[in-house]
Amino acid sequence: MNLRRRYERKQTAAALLFLAPALSVLAAFFVVPVAAAFLMSFTDFDIYGLGDLSTVRFIGFRNYLRILETPLFWKALSNTFYFVVIGAPLSVGVSLVVALMVNARMARFKGLFRTIYFLPVVTSLVAVAIVWRYLYHPAHGLLNHALGWLGIGPVDWLGDPNLAMPAIIFLAVWKNFGYNMLIFIAGLSNIPDDLYEAARMDGASGWRQFVDITLPMLTPTTVFVVMLTLIGYFQLFAEPYVMTQGGPLNATLSVVLMMYEQGFRWWNMGYAAAIAFILFAIILFFTLLQMFIQRRVEA
Amino acid sequence: MLLALLAGLSCAPREGGPVVLRFWGMGNEGEMVRGLIPEFERLHPGIRVVVQQIPWTAAHEKLLTAYAGESTPDVCQLGNTWIPEFGVLNALEPLEPWVERSTLVRTDDYFDGVLRTNVLDSTLFGIPWYVDTRVVFYRKDLLAEAGADSMPATWQGVLDLSERMKRRAERQGKPHFPFFLPTNEWVPAIILGMQAGGSLLADGSTRGNFGGPEFRRAFELLETFYRRGYSPPGQSLITNMYHSFDDGLIAMYITGPWNIGEFSRRLPKDRQGIWMTAPLPSMDSQAPGVSLPLGTSLVMFRGSRHKPEAWKLIEFLASTEQSINFYRMTGNLPPRRSAWTDTALANNVHVQAFYRQLQRVDPLPPVPEWEQIVIRLQSYVEFVATGALTVDAATRAFDAEVDQMLEKRRWLASEERRR
Repeated sequence: MNLRRRYERKQTAAALLFLAPALSVLAAFFVVPVAAAFLMSFTDFDIYGLGDLSTVRFIGFRNYLRILETPLFWKALSNTFYFVVIGAPLSVGVSLVVALMVNARMARFKGLFRTIYFLPVVTSLVAVAIVWRYLYHPAHGLLNHALGWLGIGPVDWLGDPNLAMPAIIFLAVWKNFGYNMLIFIAGLSNIPDDLYEAARMDGASGWRQFVDITLPMLTPTTVFVVMLTLIGYFQLFAEPYVMTQGGPLNATLSVVLMMYEQGFRWWNMGYAAAIAFILFAIILFFTLLQMFIQRRVEA
Repeated sequence: MLLALLAGLSCAPREGGPVVLRFWGMGNEGEMVRGLIPEFERLHPGIRVVVQQIPWTAAHEKLLTAYAGESTPDVCQLGNTWIPEFGVLNALEPLEPWVERSTLVRTDDYFDGVLRTNVLDSTLFGIPWYVDTRVVFYRKDLLAEAGADSMPATWQGVLDLSERMKRRAERQGKPHFPFFLPTNEWVPAIILGMQAGGSLLADGSTRGNFGGPEFRRAFELLETFYRRGYSPPGQSLITNMYHSFDDGLIAMYITGPWNIGEFSRRLPKDRQGIWMTAPLPSMDSQAPGVSLPLGTSLVMFRGSRHKPEAWKLIEFLASTEQSINFYRMTGNLPPRRSAWTDTALANNVHVQAFYRQLQRVDPLPPVPEWEQIVIRLQSYVEFVATGALTVDAATRAFDAEVDQMLEKRRWLASEERRR
């Protein structure tokens, strides 16, 4: 008995020793900064505070209340929701369809297509956004040239408040679908072939096979993909930062972009930290909600 | 500890080696200033200058993060509306002691309003490098057709002229907006506010003064231009300002010296005679009306380890001779009176209006929140232009927002009184 406890204690010590490097790095670069930012969100740390720390005041929930009173925050939040609600399903849908096509039995050059579709994921987003800014250009852009052949006049994609967000969604979907596609392909290859064989023997059509075998078997994968996509899409930043700076008329201002401007442009660090935690709460809420629904469906 | 030691070692000037100065230049100036550096290095063989070019859109963030990370350059080009911010941070070196010993920089040679933008609480923090004041660019021929041989000296005169031009264009069945006041610019609104009298901020710059009768008068004048159709109420009609100016859709426009170059380049050769510049109209009888002394200054950071050398660079770039050279290279206007006697400036008909305007420029309130304030102002200009808000509602709402932004300043002031 005593021996066993000693052995266990030794094991725990060894585990801690092995984990220590990773844990200390995590603490230094994640836990401590997040805790500091959380504390900061209850202060009015600003440009005066940067110059002289003694001017920083503890102000309780004032930052949070002020954010909720700011119309621009609601504008940014509704823009972000717009992006998530349209962009995330579109992105997941496109990746699923492409995964099915690449994975289809008749498809050839599978490896080649997988690589091609995955390329946008590994290219730098800033470089991609700059190239797409050219594609969208009202006078010289490729997209407007193509529309010109169809007899449609030039469209100022990034300059029109109604079109700027769809343009950004289009870019984001194109940029990201390859990653989810790979996860879907992995999920598809885990579905045993005999299920399909049995279905075919029963005379099920391709569509019925998809609805009754592929989709249910893919559920865990889909949940994972949807969750990752939601979390990623709520943090929309680089696309509008590079392409529109939040314009025109704040039509592409996202919550993270607003946080960045408040924090690093105006140095209202306390206020910006509070925005970050509001966004964290929103993402957490939707992730939990999704897990809850998931469990209900599975039960 | 070890890292700090290593960093200290690697930065220490080596015996006998040249001192390396880091200079941050912004946008186009950051590129063009390289042309002046070889001459400086020839005059000062012991100094080498590394110019780092920072795009304007990222400059503000980069400077703040550099300050927070203690990696500010030795010398930097700073927009003079940013000086209050870096003053609050205590990041800038006071320059009076250096100026006193200098033979090249003489403060009495500068346009008064321009120099004052560099002074905080009677301490000098920057040496003006070039000035960017605003004047009116106008279509000589279109004004003449409406019976005006030059820009009116008062805003009432501008309104009367605009009415005549608008009518004339209507008879010819042409769309016409005589005075273009873009809804995404804060400068005209602030200029009118300053001209209407009264300060923009009150109580030692701790409260907005935008709800008062003076600023309301300014906004009413602005609103008149939009309501009567003298200026387009949105951005979409004017996609290319130079083109609109050339084909007569607009005839007057408040803008800065960089457009002298742009107008010369973008308007066709045979159309160069149609445009002219004039100082701003005024709200009172005194001409010209007040304008803004925008532009950039040269500053030295407190963190610099090579202050004597840094000052030599500032002195060199700010000298009359180099400011004329810089004007030839970039078209940026010198802030020193002595430079304006040079033939390059004296013979240019389009810069004369700027010289007259520079006699009457007033600095903006020196608060670090200024840029946030004017970005909000831009939205209110748009609200008034489109009729979404009345002048009364807009000025009151804007004033309340500014009061909220300046809350920290009120608290700091009350703390100071208590001490």
